[in-house]
Amino acid sequence: MVAEKLLLPAPWPWPWHFVAQPRRLVRTHAFRLAALYFLVFAASMLSVLFFVYWTSANFVERQTEATLDAEITGLAEQYAQRGLSGLVQIVAARSAGDPGDAMLYLVTDPEGRPLVGNIAGWPLGVPVRSGWLSFTVEARVHGHVAAHPARGSLIIIPGGYRLLVGRDISDAAAFRNRVKLTLLWSGLVALGVGLLGGAAMSRNLLRRVELVNRTSETVMAGNLSDRVPLDGTSDEFDLLAANLNRMLDQIERLMTAMREVTDDVAHDLKTPLARLRAQLELALIGPADAGAQNEAIRAAIDEADRMLATFNALLRIAEAEAGGGPDRSETLDLGEVARAAAEFYEPVAEEKEFTLDLAIEPGVSISGDRHLLAQALANLLDNALKYARAGELEVRVCRSGEHAVLEVADRGPGIPEADREAVFDRFVRLEPSRSTPGNGLGLSLVRAVAYRHHGTVTLVDNRPGLRVRLEFPALAA
Amino acid sequence: MKLLVIEDDRETASYLAKGLGESGYTVDCAGDGREGLFMASSGSYDAIVLDRMLPGMDGLAALGALRAADIRTPALILSALGSVDDRVKGLRAGGDDYLVKPFAFSELLARIEALLRRGSAGPTTMTLRVADLELDLLTRTVKRCGKPIDVLPREFRLLEYLMRNSGHVVTRTMLLEHVWDYHFDPQTNVVDVHVSRLRQKIDKNFGRPLLHTVRGAGYCLRAPD
Repeated sequence: MVAEKLLLPAPWPWPWHFVAQPRRLVRTHAFRLAALYFLVFAASMLSVLFFVYWTSANFVERQTEATLDAEITGLAEQYAQRGLSGLVQIVAARSAGDPGDAMLYLVTDPEGRPLVGNIAGWPLGVPVRSGWLSFTVEARVHGHVAAHPARGSLIIIPGGYRLLVGRDISDAAAFRNRVKLTLLWSGLVALGVGLLGGAAMSRNLLRRVELVNRTSETVMAGNLSDRVPLDGTSDEFDLLAANLNRMLDQIERLMTAMREVTDDVAHDLKTPLARLRAQLELALIGPADAGAQNEAIRAAIDEADRMLATFNALLRIAEAEAGGGPDRSETLDLGEVARAAAEFYEPVAEEKEFTLDLAIEPGVSISGDRHLLAQALANLLDNALKYARAGELEVRVCRSGEHAVLEVADRGPGIPEADREAVFDRFVRLEPSRSTPGNGLGLSLVRAVAYRHHGTVTLVDNRPGLRVRLEFPALAA
Repeated sequence: MKLLVIEDDRETASYLAKGLGESGYTVDCAGDGREGLFMASSGSYDAIVLDRMLPGMDGLAALGALRAADIRTPALILSALGSVDDRVKGLRAGGDDYLVKPFAFSELLARIEALLRRGSAGPTTMTLRVADLELDLLTRTVKRCGKPIDVLPREFRLLEYLMRNSGHVVTRTMLLEHVWDYHFDPQTNVVDVHVSRLRQKIDKNFGRPLLHTVRGAGYCLRAPD
């Protein structure tokens, strides 16, 4: 097992092999989740950015048009009051005004020759049609000439004269570009952050799943004591890891118990088998008369019978412990079961000079298997008769709250406190010399039967002696 | 007396054939369930010993088929499965007795004899009699030489079982099963003590003993020769 353990790679803090194998990374659930997340995030962010851009650009355009509308309305009033010459005068005055407000004016005759205005001539390529127009003008900024975008409205005055009122919108365009650029950059940064975050998230997820995988691989390779490390966050992964660890604990406990039982069985049956073999060998080399041979065969059969009895006891325990098969539980009067067993043992008790004391409270019922309970009780009485030599022997049945209590008490040597847990294990016998017959399985069966009935068994000091106390869930009286 | 042994394990089958043959029975062997059912269908056997797990046809199924054909030959089931459930299943399928492998040959023999007696039980009687010992099932009293003997209820059942099987060996396990309905072996010699108490009551002070211990097998209640 040690060799297998060494073959395993040390736990890696980071699942690098996913990075080394991109196709494996793409197949992982974490990666797909992160990718989906990223797509949704990018789409929603793009739509928000587009909306911001569109709204701000639209707002500036509306403002320009509102200003132009107000200007045209003013000029139209002037024209209505003072005619074409009045209009030319006011346009001339306004054209000479502050160039900072970026207003553009032009009045031409029907052929497009300029009469007055701050634009040099009719802009090239612009159709003569009343309504909104976009065009470019040449503007002098800081001493050099540049083409600026402009937005304007053309009004055809009666007589074919044209009035063009416009505005240099190079500032607005610059603003729009600035917004566009800002949004583009912030979008890129956000997408980058999203991408990194998604990758980090999926890697973190992968790392924790990897920890679980790694532990299960170690366990499968035979190291049952390995556990998934917890990170103390009590999140779902921690919970999963904790549950897995508990499951592994349980498996390890069962495996250890099973190994111990198998070892015990092998060990405890080796001795009688060796004895049996020795007996047969001695018979073979011994005197050849029929009497001696018969005696040897009889002894061998007795030895084999004892081994079979041990096997039967083991199977009984296994049967009681497994709890499988159809449920033979019936409603039992615990007092009746105890009375029958006591009556069965009474002659032996009397012969061995015990006083058998029955204290049975009527109407204490449990749901149970009569055969198993009878055998458990028989084992306890067997033990008491075997180890206590003489004195009082008490069998008691009573109700204690929700529990039905069955007790067998003797005045024997008792069991030291330190051994009270161990005696329930298979093949454990406290007598080092093992001079009393027995297989060390009696109390193991008692415990298995108690557990099978959802009960408990405890050993209590009877001052002096031993008191074995079985408690079962009682049925309502 | 003719017996049919249905057992697929050759070694066990020849062990049974040899032992039963030496005990004075004529023994036929069948190696699987189908063959066994075929042979048993003739109805010419006095008892059947059959293994539970058989190739071809399960022992319990074969027994069920036999009972369905109204053949009532007493049958003893042998099985490696020893839990109470298995026992109940075997008896429900039509078995008359159930013995868990491995078993002592004396145990098997005693049980087969008990089965054969059951098949030929005479008219039901209310009084059992062995020599001068009398047991009245109605009044539940016991007398020997006309003198009443006080017995406890359980001793009465023990004596009744021994008397019903008088002249034949009954094993400790048979007594445990039929008198106390216990299907396990106690570690102490409880049955022996019960029997010796009974012996005190029915044999002491009455000259020739009726209740005998058969070494390595069990007990036998029989009239003196």
